[in-house]
Amino acid sequence: MGTHLPSTEFDGTAVDDQREADAEAVMGEPPAQMVQLLGPDGKLGFDPVFTDYASKLTPEVLRGLYADMAAIRRFDVEATALQRQGELALWVPLTGQEAAQIGSGRASQPQDYIFPTYREHGVALTRNVDLAELLRQFRGVSNGGWNPKDTNFHLYTLVLAAQTLHAVGYAMGIQRDQKLAASGAAGSGASAAGPDAAVIAYFGDGASSEGDVHESMVFASSYNAPVVFFCQNNHWAISVPTAVQTRVPLSNRAKGYGFPGIRVDGNDVIAVHAVTEWALEHARQGKGPVLIEAFTYRVGAHTTADDPTKYREAAEEEAWRAKDPLARLEKYLRSEGMADEAFFAKVKADGDELAAYIRRTTHDLETPDIRTAFANTYAEAHPLVAEELAWFEEYSAGFAGEEPAEEPARQAVSAQASPKAGH
Amino acid sequence: MTTMTIAKAINEGLRAALTDNPKSLLMGEDIGALGGVYRVTDGLIGEFGPDRVVDTPLAESGIIGTAIGLALRGYTPVCEIQFDGFVFPGFNQITTQLAKIHARSNGNLTVPVVVRIPYGGGIGSIEHHSESPEALFAHTAGLRIITPSNPHDAYWMIQQAVQCQDPVIVFEPKRRYWLKGEVDVAAPGPAEDPFKAHVLRAGTEATIVAYGPLVPVALAAANAAEEDGHSLEVIDLRSISPIDFDTVTASVQKTGRLIVAHEAPTFGGIGGEIAARISERAFHSLEAPVIRVGGFHMPYPVAKVEEDYLPDIDRILEALDRALSY
Ligand SMILES: Cc1ncc(C[n+]2csc(CCOP(=O)(O)OP(=O)(O)O)c2C)c(N)n1
Repeated sequence: MGTHLPSTEFDGTAVDDQREADAEAVMGEPPAQMVQLLGPDGKLGFDPVFTDYASKLTPEVLRGLYADMAAIRRFDVEATALQRQGELALWVPLTGQEAAQIGSGRASQPQDYIFPTYREHGVALTRNVDLAELLRQFRGVSNGGWNPKDTNFHLYTLVLAAQTLHAVGYAMGIQRDQKLAASGAAGSGASAAGPDAAVIAYFGDGASSEGDVHESMVFASSYNAPVVFFCQNNHWAISVPTAVQTRVPLSNRAKGYGFPGIRVDGNDVIAVHAVTEWALEHARQGKGPVLIEAFTYRVGAHTTADDPTKYREAAEEEAWRAKDPLARLEKYLRSEGMADEAFFAKVKADGDELAAYIRRTTHDLETPDIRTAFANTYAEAHPLVAEELAWFEEYSAGFAGEEPAEEPARQAVSAQASPKAGH
Repeated sequence: MTTMTIAKAINEGLRAALTDNPKSLLMGEDIGALGGVYRVTDGLIGEFGPDRVVDTPLAESGIIGTAIGLALRGYTPVCEIQFDGFVFPGFNQITTQLAKIHARSNGNLTVPVVVRIPYGGGIGSIEHHSESPEALFAHTAGLRIITPSNPHDAYWMIQQAVQCQDPVIVFEPKRRYWLKGEVDVAAPGPAEDPFKAHVLRAGTEATIVAYGPLVPVALAAANAAEEDGHSLEVIDLRSISPIDFDTVTASVQKTGRLIVAHEAPTFGGIGGEIAARISERAFHSLEAPVIRVGGFHMPYPVAKVEEDYLPDIDRILEALDRALSY
């Protein structure tokens, strides 16, 4: 009797409890059952499963993780400045999320394929994407900027959650490749000797509410696809707190789909690396999907068009700054004698060099000709496109010899309103 | 009369709608404390509280679908879709459900849901933030679609949309949000019927039909043509579904030439519908084929080349040259 009835866990107070718990987690201690190895004090803790993974990280690798986090933070500062100076239309900052991104990205292997959202600049760095190319999209000269086939790092996606389904489909493709390779089918294109691969799909706590995320998890589970869902819970979807998206920790959702969900301290690069490495192994070994929720925080604004003072307290941001992912790894490296002053000075110098490179190359990012858009709309020739292009050429030729500047009348109209807001 | 921007006019219109109808409510992503990414709902949560101004989960299908349920229960939800390119996760609910429930229930049910969508380009934005998907919705029967081009219309049309018993999609021309103009908050005047087109400028040689963001461009083109000695009539369509063909037909019967301008791609767009109807209705009045000016058959291009994509004064004048050459 009563076994089918919902437990008090699900009575009406649960949502308030969750909001309170989240508020506490934001302001003070992290919630229980969160994998953490390196605490804000820079001391390494123990975890029965993940310490094994962490202990494989050599001092050199740890220094590399630090250098990557510092580089991407410096890049973020530079890109924000470039946006303020009108060189970029928009910038999506990542400060605060370096450990979640560098830790997970570095845990992946070259054969793994990554589907980012639009904030994964740190992951891009770990996949050797030229960071200047990453800026093309934000400068408004490209809707991509790099060739995903070169790095196995997919294009950014602005329609939230859409890529989570692509990730699962890609993972289903990997499964088929493996079967084809095993059967020795000729011309399958699958390399029999190739290492097993997995897929990571990044998305945010806000995007977790989109139907596509649900459907992607259903598909992943139904077909046991080798995919790792990596949710960066940075606590805010623009102005909306996580409590509006979910009343349980997001990692708990995996249970409902029938695969493991792990909440990890997203500001602890060692734990993120360990958990992601475990999850990718799990997926590559054919054991199916994993959901990782990286519990982290978006320290700055959502984008350069956003004003966080309208919806959140400065104290919250301060509390999170105390959990800074770089500061805690620095403490650890220093206290263990794994890095000296010269190392940190070198990291800083490298950051300045990267920033200078970014500044230099951003100016040079070529503005395309609209003819490339005509050329790229279809893979094969299309009569309507040809007709419109011909019209455009004839029309443009009509201005030949004229001043390239806009005519006064045209200026009057375009100057009427040029709103700058949004995203 | 007071002067305000289109964004402010919609804000005031929503305030009036929330005050007039206690069963109306706003729903959308970031419309509460933030006041929407364009600040169109600024201050409303403070006045009406979180039950009337609802920050929703990030889920467009969820927003439209639950709005339908609320409407079935007697409420009038006004949904904000953050950007044109993000309406598509909710497209299924809009086209397969919202548009059809009245017909499917043999007229027994009404779903007076309003969907506000900032649309169009010209603001130097990134992908999915500059699209004009109105034709995709106009093709679906059961929806009404309006698009204001000035603050006075914006103020009244949003309120009329809330009062309408049918689902109404309000396409808001985002690059004109900061366009200022006079608003008569006491009376709608000619804006009484939101589905009626307005003749903004009388002329004799050709008619330009435009809507939303291109209305100021059409007016400027008509001014430029006047300097060259040509007299153009300019019509602000205001309603995309239904279209006020009577006003357009009457104008073409007078001028004999028609140019339709919109930002959306020409192919399969609203301009084609207008061209076809006017050929049917006013064939003997036409001195030239109806000429469409619009976007190209390509995904909305990157910001740095959008000037080449967006119909401007020159493109309208080029069309005028062609129309006059017949
Ligand atoms: C389908 C869709 N709806 C709305 C938006 C507008 N939008 C852009 S970012 C954002 C918030 C995203 O929050 P979250 O998923 O938590 O990721 P975060 O930006 O915090 O990393 C919204 C609402 C969008 N890009 N796509």
